[in-house]
Amino acid sequence: MDKTDSELLETIAGLHDIPEGSFNIRKNGKLLARNSTADIEIVPKKDKDGIDIIIKPGVVNKSVHIPVLLTVGDFRETVYNDFYIGEGADVTIVAGCGIHNDACGDAEHDGIHSFYLEKNAKVKYVERHYAAGDGTGKKSFDPVTNIYCKENACFVMESTQLGGVTSTDRKTYARLGKRAQLIVKEKILTDGEERAVTDFKVELEGEHSRADIVSRNVAKGKSVQSFGSDLIGKSECFGHVECDGILLGEARIVSTPKIDAVSPEASLVHEAAVGKIAGEQLLKLMSLGLTEQEAEDAVIKGFLN
Amino acid sequence: MLELKNISYTVQDEDTGRIQTILQDVSLSFTNGINVITGPNGSGKSTMIKLIMGFEKPASGKVLLDGEDITGLGVTERARRGFTIAFQQPVRFKGITVKKLLELASGRSMNTDDMCDCLSSVGLCARNYIDRAVDGTLSGGELKRIELATAIAKGGEVFLLDEPEAGIDLWSFEGLVQIFDRLRGKTLIIVSHQQRILETADRIFLFDSDKISEADRGDDLYALLTRRPALCRRNIKEQ
Ligand SMILES: Nc1ncnc2c1ncn2[C@@H]1O[C@H](COP(=O)(O)OP(=O)(O)OP(=O)(O)O)[C@@H](O)[C@H]1O
Ligand SMILES: [Mg+2]
Repeated sequence: MDKTDSELLETIAGLHDIPEGSFNIRKNGKLLARNSTADIEIVPKKDKDGIDIIIKPGVVNKSVHIPVLLTVGDFRETVYNDFYIGEGADVTIVAGCGIHNDACGDAEHDGIHSFYLEKNAKVKYVERHYAAGDGTGKKSFDPVTNIYCKENACFVMESTQLGGVTSTDRKTYARLGKRAQLIVKEKILTDGEERAVTDFKVELEGEHSRADIVSRNVAKGKSVQSFGSDLIGKSECFGHVECDGILLGEARIVSTPKIDAVSPEASLVHEAAVGKIAGEQLLKLMSLGLTEQEAEDAVIKGFLN
Repeated sequence: MLELKNISYTVQDEDTGRIQTILQDVSLSFTNGINVITGPNGSGKSTMIKLIMGFEKPASGKVLLDGEDITGLGVTERARRGFTIAFQQPVRFKGITVKKLLELASGRSMNTDDMCDCLSSVGLCARNYIDRAVDGTLSGGELKRIELATAIAKGGEVFLLDEPEAGIDLWSFEGLVQIFDRLRGKTLIIVSHQQRILETADRIFLFDSDKISEADRGDDLYALLTRRPALCRRNIKEQ
Protein backbone atom coordinates (compact mmCIF):
# COMPACT_ATOMS: atom_id res chain seq x y z
CA MET A 1 0.00 0.00 0.00
CA ASP A 2 1.33 3.43 -0.89
CA LYS A 3 0.36 6.86 0.40
CA THR A 4 -2.54 7.29 -2.05
CA ASP A 5 -3.92 3.90 -1.01
CA SER A 6 -3.75 4.80 2.68
CA GLU A 7 -5.45 8.12 2.12
CA LEU A 8 -8.24 6.56 0.10
CA LEU A 9 -8.65 3.80 2.66
CA GLU A 10 -8.93 6.26 5.48
CA THR A 11 -11.46 8.41 3.61
CA ILE A 12 -13.76 5.60 2.51
CA ALA A 13 -13.44 3.13 5.36
CA GLY A 14 -11.97 5.11 8.25
CA LEU A 15 -9.06 2.66 8.23
CA HIS A 16 -5.50 3.64 9.08
CA ASP A 17 -4.14 0.22 8.51
CA ILE A 18 -5.18 -3.34 7.75
CA PRO A 19 -8.29 -3.85 9.91
CA GLU A 20 -8.87 -6.55 12.46
CA GLY A 21 -11.36 -9.32 11.88
CA SER A 22 -12.66 -10.19 8.45
CA PHE A 23 -11.74 -8.07 5.51
CA ASN A 24 -11.19 -8.07 1.81
CA ILE A 25 -9.26 -5.23 0.25
CA ARG A 26 -9.30 -4.97 -3.51
CA LYS A 27 -7.08 -2.73 -5.59
CA ASN A 28 -7.21 -2.19 -9.34
CA GLY A 29 -9.09 -5.41 -9.90
CA LYS A 30 -6.77 -7.54 -7.78
CA LEU A 31 -6.89 -8.81 -4.26
CA LEU A 32 -4.66 -6.79 -1.95
CA ALA A 33 -5.43 -8.56 1.30
CA ARG A 34 -8.05 -10.87 2.72
CA ASN A 35 -8.86 -12.41 6.05
CA SER A 36 -11.66 -14.78 6.95
CA THR A 37 -12.59 -15.58 10.50
CA ALA A 38 -14.57 -18.40 12.04
CA ASP A 39 -17.59 -16.08 12.29
CA ILE A 40 -17.36 -14.32 8.98
CA GLU A 41 -16.13 -16.25 6.01
CA ILE A 42 -15.11 -14.65 2.74
CA VAL A 43 -15.12 -16.89 -0.31
CA PRO A 44 -14.12 -15.69 -3.80
CA LYS A 45 -16.63 -16.38 -6.53
CA LYS A 46 -15.66 -18.88 -9.20
CA ASP A 47 -17.84 -17.80 -12.09
CA LYS A 48 -17.37 -14.04 -11.89
CA ASP A 49 -15.55 -11.25 -10.11
CA GLY A 50 -16.57 -10.91 -6.51
CA ILE A 51 -16.92 -12.60 -3.15
CA ASP A 52 -19.46 -14.32 -0.96
CA ILE A 53 -19.51 -13.09 2.61
CA ILE A 54 -21.05 -15.62 4.92
CA ILE A 55 -21.91 -14.48 8.40
CA LYS A 56 -22.78 -17.30 10.79
CA PRO A 57 -26.05 -17.23 12.73
CA GLY A 58 -25.90 -15.48 16.09
CA VAL A 59 -22.65 -13.60 15.40
CA VAL A 60 -22.90 -10.26 17.14
CA ASN A 61 -20.77 -7.12 17.46
CA LYS A 62 -18.51 -8.10 14.60
CA SER A 63 -17.56 -6.14 11.55
CA VAL A 64 -16.30 -6.83 8.09
CA HIS A 65 -14.47 -4.38 5.85
CA ILE A 66 -14.48 -4.75 2.09
CA PRO A 67 -13.02 -1.56 0.63
CA VAL A 68 -12.08 -1.17 -3.01
CA LEU A 69 -9.33 1.06 -4.36
CA LEU A 70 -8.95 2.18 -7.90
CA THR A 71 -5.86 4.19 -8.74
CA VAL A 72 -5.52 3.80 -12.49
CA GLY A 73 -7.35 5.18 -15.49
CA ASP A 74 -8.78 3.21 -18.39
CA PHE A 75 -10.19 0.69 -16.00
CA ARG A 76 -13.71 -0.53 -15.55
CA GLU A 77 -14.88 -3.32 -13.31
CA THR A 78 -18.10 -4.90 -12.20
CA VAL A 79 -17.88 -6.80 -8.94
CA TYR A 80 -20.56 -9.08 -7.52
CA ASN A 81 -20.61 -9.41 -3.76
CA ASP A 82 -23.21 -11.49 -1.97
CA PHE A 83 -23.76 -11.28 1.75
CA TYR A 84 -25.49 -14.07 3.65
CA ILE A 85 -26.38 -12.96 7.14
CA GLY A 86 -27.38 -15.79 9.47
CA GLU A 87 -30.32 -15.78 11.83
CA GLY A 88 -29.94 -13.42 14.77
CA ALA A 89 -26.57 -12.06 13.62
CA ASP A 90 -25.83 -8.39 14.26
CA VAL A 91 -22.93 -7.03 12.26
CA THR A 92 -21.45 -3.93 10.67
CA ILE A 93 -20.34 -4.11 7.08
CA VAL A 94 -18.09 -1.34 5.84
CA ALA A 95 -17.83 -1.16 2.08
CA GLY A 96 -16.85 1.79 -0.05
CA CYS A 97 -14.69 2.61 -2.95
CA GLY A 98 -12.11 5.26 -3.53
CA ILE A 99 -10.94 6.23 -6.99
CA HIS A 100 -7.81 8.21 -7.63
CA ASN A 101 -7.52 8.87 -11.29
CA ASP A 102 -4.67 11.00 -12.62
CA ALA A 103 -5.06 9.62 -16.12
CA CYS A 104 -7.12 10.71 -19.10
CA GLY A 105 -8.84 7.32 -19.37
CA ASP A 106 -11.99 6.65 -17.39
CA ALA A 107 -12.11 4.73 -14.10
CA GLU A 108 -15.30 3.04 -13.05
CA HIS A 109 -16.28 0.68 -10.28
CA ASP A 110 -19.69 -0.96 -10.27
CA GLY A 111 -20.42 -2.92 -7.13
CA ILE A 112 -23.41 -5.22 -7.36
CA HIS A 113 -24.20 -6.09 -3.76
CA SER A 114 -26.91 -8.43 -2.55
CA PHE A 115 -27.77 -8.90 1.09
CA TYR A 116 -29.76 -11.88 2.30
CA LEU A 117 -30.85 -11.36 5.89
CA GLU A 118 -32.27 -14.32 7.77
CA LYS A 119 -34.81 -13.98 10.57
CA ASN A 120 -33.87 -11.45 13.28
CA ALA A 121 -30.61 -10.55 11.56
CA LYS A 122 -29.34 -7.01 11.81
CA VAL A 123 -26.91 -5.25 9.52
CA LYS A 124 -25.43 -1.82 9.55
CA TYR A 125 -24.05 -1.22 6.09
CA VAL A 126 -21.75 1.75 5.62
CA GLU A 127 -20.78 2.64 2.10
CA ARG A 128 -18.69 5.61 1.07
CA HIS A 129 -17.77 6.66 -2.40
CA TYR A 130 -15.08 9.18 -3.03
CA ALA A 131 -12.97 10.18 -5.97
CA ALA A 132 -9.94 12.39 -6.51
CA GLY A 133 -7.16 12.87 -9.01
CA ASP A 134 -6.19 15.45 -11.58
CA GLY A 135 -6.74 13.41 -14.73
CA THR A 136 -9.38 14.27 -17.29
CA GLY A 137 -10.66 10.69 -17.13
CA LYS A 138 -14.04 10.16 -15.55
CA LYS A 139 -14.46 8.70 -12.10
CA SER A 140 -17.71 6.78 -11.93
CA PHE A 141 -19.72 4.44 -9.75
CA ASP A 142 -22.84 2.58 -10.75
CA PRO A 143 -23.68 0.55 -7.67
CA VAL A 144 -26.62 -1.79 -7.29
CA THR A 145 -27.73 -2.79 -3.82
CA ASN A 146 -30.31 -5.53 -3.32
CA ILE A 147 -31.64 -6.18 0.14
CA TYR A 148 -33.80 -9.14 1.11
CA CYS A 149 -35.01 -9.10 4.69
CA LYS A 150 -36.79 -12.04 6.27
CA GLU A 151 -38.98 -11.77 9.33
CA ASN A 152 -37.91 -9.15 11.85
CA ALA A 153 -34.61 -8.49 10.09
CA CYS A 154 -33.24 -4.97 10.07
CA PHE A 155 -31.00 -3.31 7.51
CA VAL A 156 -29.50 0.09 8.18
CA MET A 157 -27.72 1.63 5.24
CA GLU A 158 -25.58 4.74 5.39
CA SER A 159 -24.33 5.67 1.99
CA THR A 160 -22.28 8.74 1.35
CA GLN A 161 -20.86 10.17 -1.81
CA LEU A 162 -18.28 12.61 -0.62
CA GLY A 163 -17.33 14.39 -3.80
CA GLY A 164 -15.16 14.15 -6.84
CA VAL A 165 -17.37 11.55 -8.49
CA THR A 166 -17.97 12.44 -12.12
CA SER A 167 -21.06 10.35 -12.48
CA THR A 168 -23.03 7.88 -10.48
CA ASP A 169 -26.14 5.87 -11.08
CA ARG A 170 -27.28 4.17 -7.90
CA LYS A 171 -29.97 1.55 -7.69
CA THR A 172 -31.21 0.29 -4.38
CA TYR A 173 -33.85 -2.39 -4.12
CA ALA A 174 -35.32 -3.91 -0.97
CA ARG A 175 -37.93 -6.52 -0.20
CA LEU A 176 -39.09 -6.60 3.37
CA GLY A 177 -40.75 -9.50 5.17
CA LYS A 178 -42.90 -9.47 8.26
CA ARG A 179 -41.79 -6.82 10.77
CA ALA A 180 -38.60 -6.29 8.77
CA GLN A 181 -37.08 -2.82 8.73
CA LEU A 182 -35.06 -0.80 6.30
CA ILE A 183 -33.45 2.46 7.33
CA VAL A 184 -31.50 4.42 4.74
CA LYS A 185 -29.50 7.57 5.22
CA GLU A 186 -28.05 8.72 1.97
CA LYS A 187 -25.88 11.76 1.35
CA ILE A 188 -24.72 12.96 -2.00
CA LEU A 189 -22.54 15.95 -2.76
CA THR A 190 -21.93 16.98 -6.35
CA ASP A 191 -20.08 19.90 -7.90
CA GLY A 192 -18.90 21.15 -11.27
CA GLU A 193 -20.34 19.12 -14.13
CA GLU A 194 -20.99 16.03 -12.01
CA ARG A 195 -24.09 13.90 -12.39
CA ALA A 196 -25.72 11.73 -9.74
CA VAL A 197 -28.78 9.56 -10.07
CA THR A 198 -30.18 7.58 -7.18
CA ASP A 199 -33.23 5.34 -7.34
CA PHE A 200 -34.91 3.35 -4.63
CA LYS A 201 -37.49 0.66 -4.96
CA VAL A 202 -38.84 -0.88 -1.79
CA GLU A 203 -41.47 -3.57 -1.58
CA LEU A 204 -43.04 -3.68 1.85
CA GLU A 205 -44.42 -7.19 1.69
CA GLY A 206 -44.65 -8.38 5.26
CA GLU A 207 -47.10 -7.16 7.82
CA HIS A 208 -45.72 -4.38 10.01
CA SER A 209 -42.68 -3.95 7.83
CA ARG A 210 -41.15 -0.46 7.88
CA ALA A 211 -38.98 1.57 5.57
CA ASP A 212 -37.47 4.95 6.29
CA ILE A 213 -35.38 6.54 3.57
CA VAL A 214 -33.79 9.93 4.01
CA SER A 215 -31.69 11.34 1.20
CA ARG A 216 -29.81 14.58 1.68
CA ASN A 217 -28.34 16.12 -1.39
CA VAL A 218 -26.14 19.10 -1.98
CA ALA A 219 -25.65 20.15 -5.58
CA LYS A 220 -23.10 22.85 -6.38
CA GLY A 221 -21.72 24.38 -9.54
CA LYS A 222 -23.51 23.09 -12.63
CA SER A 223 -24.07 19.63 -11.25
CA VAL A 224 -27.32 17.74 -11.65
CA GLN A 225 -28.83 15.24 -9.26
CA SER A 226 -31.86 13.09 -9.64
CA PHE A 227 -33.63 11.29 -6.82
CA GLY A 228 -36.29 8.70 -7.42
CA SER A 229 -38.13 6.42 -5.07
CA ASP A 230 -40.85 3.88 -5.40
CA LEU A 231 -42.42 2.60 -2.20
CA ILE A 232 -44.84 -0.24 -2.62
CA GLY A 233 -46.99 -1.10 0.37
CA LYS A 234 -48.35 -4.62 0.01
CA SER A 235 -49.61 -5.15 3.54
CA GLU A 236 -50.18 -3.27 6.76
CA CYS A 237 -46.87 -1.44 6.73
CA PHE A 238 -45.28 1.95 7.12
CA GLY A 239 -43.03 3.68 4.64
CA HIS A 240 -41.47 7.11 4.67
CA VAL A 241 -39.25 8.76 2.07
CA GLU A 242 -37.66 12.14 2.45
CA CYS A 243 -35.55 13.91 -0.13
CA ASP A 244 -33.94 17.10 1.05
CA GLY A 245 -31.83 19.08 -1.33
CA ILE A 246 -29.68 22.19 -1.15
CA LEU A 247 -28.93 23.98 -4.38
CA LEU A 248 -25.98 26.26 -5.01
CA GLY A 249 -24.78 28.01 -8.11
CA GLU A 250 -26.57 26.79 -11.20
CA ALA A 251 -27.09 23.26 -9.97
CA ARG A 252 -30.27 21.31 -10.41
CA ILE A 253 -32.03 18.62 -8.39
CA VAL A 254 -34.90 16.55 -9.68
CA SER A 255 -36.92 14.62 -7.13
CA THR A 256 -39.53 12.05 -8.10
CA PRO A 257 -40.94 10.20 -5.16
CA LYS A 258 -43.64 7.65 -5.88
CA ILE A 259 -45.76 5.79 -3.36
CA ASP A 260 -48.04 2.92 -4.17
CA ALA A 261 -50.41 1.64 -1.52
CA VAL A 262 -51.32 -1.75 -2.96
CA SER A 263 -52.80 -2.74 0.37
CA PRO A 264 -55.43 -0.45 1.86
CA GLU A 265 -53.68 -0.99 5.20
CA ALA A 266 -50.44 0.53 3.96
CA SER A 267 -49.36 3.89 5.29
CA LEU A 268 -46.88 5.66 3.05
CA VAL A 269 -45.45 9.17 3.23
CA HIS A 270 -43.13 11.09 1.03
CA GLU A 271 -41.60 14.48 1.55
CA ALA A 272 -39.36 16.42 -0.77
CA ALA A 273 -37.87 19.86 -0.41
CA VAL A 274 -35.30 21.42 -2.68
CA GLY A 275 -34.00 24.94 -2.49
CA LYS A 276 -31.22 27.38 -1.76
CA ILE A 277 -29.82 27.80 1.72
CA ALA A 278 -32.27 29.91 3.68
CA GLY A 279 -31.08 33.51 3.88
CA GLU A 280 -31.75 33.68 7.61
CA GLN A 281 -29.44 30.70 8.18
CA LEU A 282 -26.61 32.57 6.50
CA LEU A 283 -27.43 35.75 8.44
CA LYS A 284 -27.45 33.90 11.75
CA LEU A 285 -24.01 32.43 11.12
CA MET A 286 -22.64 35.68 9.73
CA SER A 287 -23.87 37.41 12.86
CA LEU A 288 -21.57 35.05 14.76
CA GLY A 289 -18.65 36.45 12.76
CA LEU A 290 -18.49 34.01 9.85
CA THR A 291 -18.08 35.25 6.30
CA GLU A 292 -20.83 34.40 3.86
CA GLN A 293 -18.69 31.62 2.37
CA GLU A 294 -17.87 30.19 5.80
CA ALA A 295 -21.55 30.33 6.72
CA GLU A 296 -22.48 28.46 3.55
CA ASP A 297 -19.86 25.80 4.24
CA ALA A 298 -21.04 25.38 7.81
CA VAL A 299 -24.65 24.91 6.73
CA ILE A 300 -23.65 22.29 4.14
CA LYS A 301 -21.31 20.49 6.49
CA GLY A 302 -24.02 20.27 9.14
CA PHE A 303 -26.60 19.17 6.60
CA LEU A 304 -24.41 16.35 5.33
CA ASN A 305 -23.13 15.41 8.75
CA MET B 1 -21.94 54.62 22.26
CA LEU B 2 -24.19 53.56 19.45
CA GLU B 3 -26.04 56.25 17.57
CA LEU B 4 -28.73 56.15 14.93
CA LYS B 5 -28.92 59.39 12.99
CA ASN B 6 -32.02 60.21 10.96
CA ILE B 7 -32.62 56.59 10.02
CA SER B 8 -35.45 55.84 7.61
CA TYR B 9 -36.38 52.41 6.40
CA THR B 10 -38.86 51.56 3.69
CA VAL B 11 -40.07 48.41 2.01
CA GLN B 12 -41.63 48.01 -1.37
CA ASP B 13 -44.64 45.81 -1.86
CA GLU B 14 -43.74 43.24 -4.51
CA ASP B 15 -47.19 43.17 -6.07
CA THR B 16 -48.34 46.76 -5.95
CA GLY B 17 -44.92 48.41 -5.97
CA ARG B 18 -46.19 50.68 -3.23
CA ILE B 19 -43.53 51.94 -0.85
CA GLN B 20 -44.23 51.58 2.84
CA THR B 21 -42.29 53.46 5.47
CA ILE B 22 -41.45 51.35 8.50
CA LEU B 23 -39.14 53.76 10.28
CA GLN B 24 -39.01 57.45 9.58
CA ASP B 25 -36.23 59.79 10.58
CA VAL B 26 -35.31 57.95 13.75
CA SER B 27 -32.49 59.37 15.82
CA LEU B 28 -31.52 57.55 18.99
CA SER B 29 -28.45 56.86 21.03
CA PHE B 30 -27.68 53.91 23.22
CA THR B 31 -25.11 54.02 25.99
CA ASN B 32 -23.68 51.30 28.19
CA GLY B 33 -26.19 49.60 30.41
CA ILE B 34 -29.60 48.08 29.82
CA ASN B 35 -31.63 49.80 27.13
CA VAL B 36 -35.07 48.29 26.78
CA ILE B 37 -37.21 48.94 23.74
CA THR B 38 -40.91 48.34 24.08
CA GLY B 39 -43.99 49.15 22.08
CA PRO B 40 -46.86 47.53 20.20
CA ASN B 41 -46.53 44.77 17.60
CA GLY B 42 -45.45 46.08 14.26
CA SER B 43 -44.03 49.34 15.59
CA GLY B 44 -40.60 48.65 14.07
CA LYS B 45 -38.60 47.32 17.00
CA SER B 46 -37.20 44.25 15.25
CA THR B 47 -36.61 46.27 12.10
CA MET B 48 -34.42 48.63 14.05
CA ILE B 49 -32.48 45.73 15.58
CA LYS B 50 -31.89 44.33 12.09
CA LEU B 51 -30.70 47.72 10.86
CA ILE B 52 -28.22 47.90 13.71
CA MET B 53 -26.90 44.40 12.97
CA GLY B 54 -26.64 45.20 9.27
CA PHE B 55 -29.24 42.66 8.12
CA GLU B 56 -31.05 45.52 6.45
CA LYS B 57 -29.75 48.77 5.05
CA PRO B 58 -31.50 52.04 5.83
CA ALA B 59 -32.98 54.11 2.99
CA SER B 60 -31.29 57.08 4.57
CA GLY B 61 -29.48 58.00 7.75
CA LYS B 62 -26.40 56.75 9.52
CA VAL B 63 -25.35 54.28 12.18
CA LEU B 64 -22.41 55.44 14.28
CA LEU B 65 -20.34 53.39 16.71
CA ASP B 66 -18.32 55.58 19.05
CA GLY B 67 -18.59 58.33 16.48
CA GLU B 68 -17.46 56.19 13.55
CA ASP B 69 -19.85 55.77 10.63
CA ILE B 70 -20.48 52.04 10.25
CA THR B 71 -23.53 52.28 7.98
CA GLY B 72 -21.63 50.64 5.13
CA LEU B 73 -20.33 47.67 7.15
CA GLY B 74 -21.74 44.21 6.46
CA VAL B 75 -23.03 41.71 9.00
CA THR B 76 -19.77 39.79 9.39
CA GLU B 77 -17.76 42.96 9.97
CA ARG B 78 -20.24 44.24 12.52
CA ALA B 79 -20.21 40.87 14.29
CA ARG B 80 -16.42 41.09 14.45
CA ARG B 81 -16.65 44.64 15.76
CA GLY B 82 -18.62 43.37 18.75
CA PHE B 83 -22.24 43.43 17.62
CA THR B 84 -24.08 40.36 18.86
CA ILE B 85 -27.67 39.48 18.18
CA ALA B 86 -30.19 37.00 19.55
CA PHE B 87 -33.05 36.63 17.07
CA GLN B 88 -36.69 37.09 17.97
CA GLN B 89 -37.35 33.92 16.00
CA PRO B 90 -34.35 31.61 16.30
CA VAL B 91 -33.13 30.06 13.08
CA ARG B 92 -33.25 26.29 12.68
CA PHE B 93 -30.61 24.23 10.95
CA LYS B 94 -30.80 20.70 9.67
CA GLY B 95 -27.82 18.89 11.08
CA ILE B 96 -25.94 21.67 12.87
CA THR B 97 -25.69 20.57 16.48
CA VAL B 98 -25.98 22.76 19.56
CA LYS B 99 -22.31 22.08 20.23
CA LYS B 100 -21.26 23.11 16.72
CA LEU B 101 -23.33 26.29 16.85
CA LEU B 102 -21.82 27.27 20.19
CA GLU B 103 -18.36 26.53 18.79
CA LEU B 104 -19.01 28.70 15.77
CA ALA B 105 -20.27 31.41 18.11
CA SER B 106 -17.32 31.30 20.47
CA GLY B 107 -14.75 30.70 17.75
CA ARG B 108 -13.14 27.80 19.62
CA SER B 109 -13.75 24.12 20.19
CA MET B 110 -15.69 23.30 23.30
CA ASN B 111 -15.65 20.34 25.66
CA THR B 112 -18.54 19.31 27.87
CA ASP B 113 -17.42 21.62 30.68
CA ASP B 114 -17.35 24.64 28.37
CA MET B 115 -20.76 23.71 27.03
CA CYS B 116 -22.01 23.34 30.56
CA ASP B 117 -20.78 26.83 31.50
CA CYS B 118 -22.50 28.29 28.53
CA LEU B 119 -25.81 26.42 28.62
CA SER B 120 -26.29 26.47 32.37
CA SER B 121 -26.48 30.26 32.24
CA VAL B 122 -29.64 29.85 30.18
CA GLY B 123 -30.90 27.05 32.39
CA LEU B 124 -30.07 24.09 30.18
CA CYS B 125 -28.02 21.04 31.02
CA ALA B 126 -25.28 20.52 28.42
CA ARG B 127 -25.42 16.73 28.55
CA ASN B 128 -28.97 16.70 27.20
CA TYR B 129 -28.22 18.97 24.26
CA ILE B 130 -24.64 18.42 23.20
CA ASP B 131 -25.50 16.28 20.17
CA ARG B 132 -28.97 17.60 19.44
CA ALA B 133 -29.45 19.37 16.16
CA VAL B 134 -30.65 22.97 16.29
CA ASP B 135 -33.82 22.03 14.44
CA GLY B 136 -37.54 21.63 14.87
CA THR B 137 -37.15 18.82 17.37
CA LEU B 138 -36.18 21.37 20.01
CA SER B 139 -39.05 23.04 21.82
CA GLY B 140 -39.70 26.73 21.29
CA GLY B 141 -38.33 27.64 24.70
CA GLU B 142 -35.26 25.45 24.21
CA LEU B 143 -34.52 27.11 20.89
CA LYS B 144 -34.88 30.52 22.47
CA ARG B 145 -32.49 29.62 25.28
CA ILE B 146 -29.95 28.20 22.85
CA GLU B 147 -30.25 31.35 20.77
CA LEU B 148 -29.38 33.38 23.83
CA ALA B 149 -26.55 30.98 24.67
CA THR B 150 -24.99 31.56 21.24
CA ALA B 151 -25.02 35.31 21.90
CA ILE B 152 -23.37 34.80 25.27
CA ALA B 153 -20.84 32.37 23.81
CA LYS B 154 -19.94 34.87 21.10
CA GLY B 155 -19.60 37.79 23.48
CA GLY B 156 -19.34 41.35 22.27
CA GLU B 157 -19.82 44.99 23.11
CA VAL B 158 -23.29 45.72 21.75
CA PHE B 159 -25.90 43.06 22.47
CA LEU B 160 -29.15 43.10 20.53
CA LEU B 161 -31.65 40.80 22.21
CA ASP B 162 -35.01 40.66 20.48
CA GLU B 163 -37.66 39.52 22.95
CA PRO B 164 -35.28 37.19 24.77
CA GLU B 165 -38.01 36.28 27.25
CA ALA B 166 -40.51 35.12 24.63
CA GLY B 167 -41.36 31.47 25.17
CA ILE B 168 -39.23 31.27 28.32
CA ASP B 169 -41.20 30.07 31.30
CA LEU B 170 -41.82 32.44 34.17
CA TRP B 171 -39.76 30.31 36.51
CA SER B 172 -36.66 31.08 34.49
CA PHE B 173 -37.14 34.83 34.27
CA GLU B 174 -34.75 35.52 37.12
CA GLY B 175 -32.04 33.67 35.25
CA LEU B 176 -32.52 36.03 32.32
CA VAL B 177 -32.39 39.08 34.54
CA GLN B 178 -29.11 37.78 35.97
CA ILE B 179 -27.68 37.47 32.47
CA PHE B 180 -28.62 41.07 31.71
CA ASP B 181 -27.11 42.22 34.97
CA ARG B 182 -23.85 40.51 34.13
CA LEU B 183 -23.76 42.29 30.77
CA ARG B 184 -24.59 45.69 32.21
CA GLY B 185 -21.08 46.96 31.51
CA LYS B 186 -21.77 46.58 27.77
CA THR B 187 -24.40 48.21 25.61
CA LEU B 188 -27.47 46.04 25.92
CA ILE B 189 -30.42 46.70 23.68
CA ILE B 190 -33.32 44.49 24.62
CA VAL B 191 -36.69 44.41 22.94
CA SER B 192 -39.29 43.32 25.45
CA HIS B 193 -42.92 43.58 26.46
CA GLN B 194 -42.36 42.19 29.94
CA GLN B 195 -42.69 44.22 33.10
CA ARG B 196 -39.94 42.27 34.89
CA ILE B 197 -37.52 43.10 32.10
CA LEU B 198 -38.61 46.72 31.85
CA GLU B 199 -37.82 47.04 35.54
CA THR B 200 -34.18 46.11 34.90
CA ALA B 201 -33.81 48.88 32.34
CA ASP B 202 -31.51 51.83 32.84
CA ARG B 203 -33.42 53.49 30.05
CA ILE B 204 -36.65 52.64 28.25
CA PHE B 205 -37.54 53.49 24.65
CA LEU B 206 -41.21 53.40 23.76
CA PHE B 207 -41.88 52.82 20.06
CA ASP B 208 -45.37 53.95 19.31
CA SER B 209 -47.48 55.80 16.78
CA ASP B 210 -44.49 56.74 14.62
CA LYS B 211 -42.84 58.36 17.60
CA ILE B 212 -40.24 57.19 20.03
CA SER B 213 -40.24 58.37 23.61
CA GLU B 214 -37.33 57.85 25.99
CA ALA B 215 -37.40 57.52 29.74
CA ASP B 216 -34.60 57.24 32.27
CA ARG B 217 -34.96 55.69 35.68
CA GLY B 218 -36.68 58.29 37.85
CA ASP B 219 -38.69 59.78 34.96
CA ASP B 220 -42.47 59.69 35.22
CA LEU B 221 -42.77 57.76 31.97
CA TYR B 222 -40.35 55.13 33.33
CA ALA B 223 -42.54 54.67 36.38
CA LEU B 224 -45.65 54.48 34.22
CA LEU B 225 -44.19 51.95 31.81
CA THR B 226 -42.78 49.65 34.43
CA ARG B 227 -46.13 49.73 36.20
CA ARG B 228 -48.18 49.24 33.07
CA PRO B 229 -46.00 48.04 30.19
CA ALA B 230 -49.00 47.93 27.86
CA LEU B 231 -49.32 51.70 27.85
CA CYS B 232 -49.09 53.42 24.55
CA ARG B 233 -48.93 57.08 23.73
CA ARG B 234 -52.63 57.65 23.55
CA ASN B 235 -53.33 56.56 27.08
CA ILE B 236 -50.10 57.94 28.47
CA LYS B 237 -51.58 61.39 27.84
CA GLU B 238 -54.68 60.39 29.76
CA GLN B 239 -52.72 59.28 32.83
N1 LIG C 1 -39.95 43.15 4.30
C1 LIG C 1 -41.11 43.67 4.74
N2 LIG C 1 -42.16 43.79 3.91
C2 LIG C 1 -43.33 44.33 4.34
N3 LIG C 1 -43.52 44.78 5.59
C3 LIG C 1 -42.51 44.68 6.45
C4 LIG C 1 -41.25 44.12 6.09
N4 LIG C 1 -40.44 44.14 7.16
C5 LIG C 1 -41.17 44.67 8.16
N5 LIG C 1 -42.41 45.00 7.74
C6 LIG C 1 -43.47 45.60 8.54
O1 LIG C 1 -42.87 46.57 9.35
C7 LIG C 1 -43.54 46.67 10.57
C8 LIG C 1 -42.55 46.57 11.70
O2 LIG C 1 -42.09 45.22 11.81
P1 LIG C 1 -41.20 44.76 13.02
O3 LIG C 1 -40.91 43.34 12.85
O4 LIG C 1 -40.05 45.67 13.12
O5 LIG C 1 -42.19 45.00 14.24
P2 LIG C 1 -41.96 44.78 15.79
O6 LIG C 1 -42.09 46.08 16.45
O7 LIG C 1 -40.71 44.03 16.01
O8 LIG C 1 -43.22 43.90 16.14
P3 LIG C 1 -43.40 42.66 17.17
O9 LIG C 1 -43.65 43.24 18.52
O10 LIG C 1 -44.60 41.97 16.66
O11 LIG C 1 -42.18 41.81 17.09
C9 LIG C 1 -44.59 45.58 10.57
O12 LIG C 1 -45.83 46.14 10.25
C10 LIG C 1 -44.14 44.66 9.48
O13 LIG C 1 -45.22 44.00 8.89
MG1 LIG D 1 -40.28 42.12 16.68
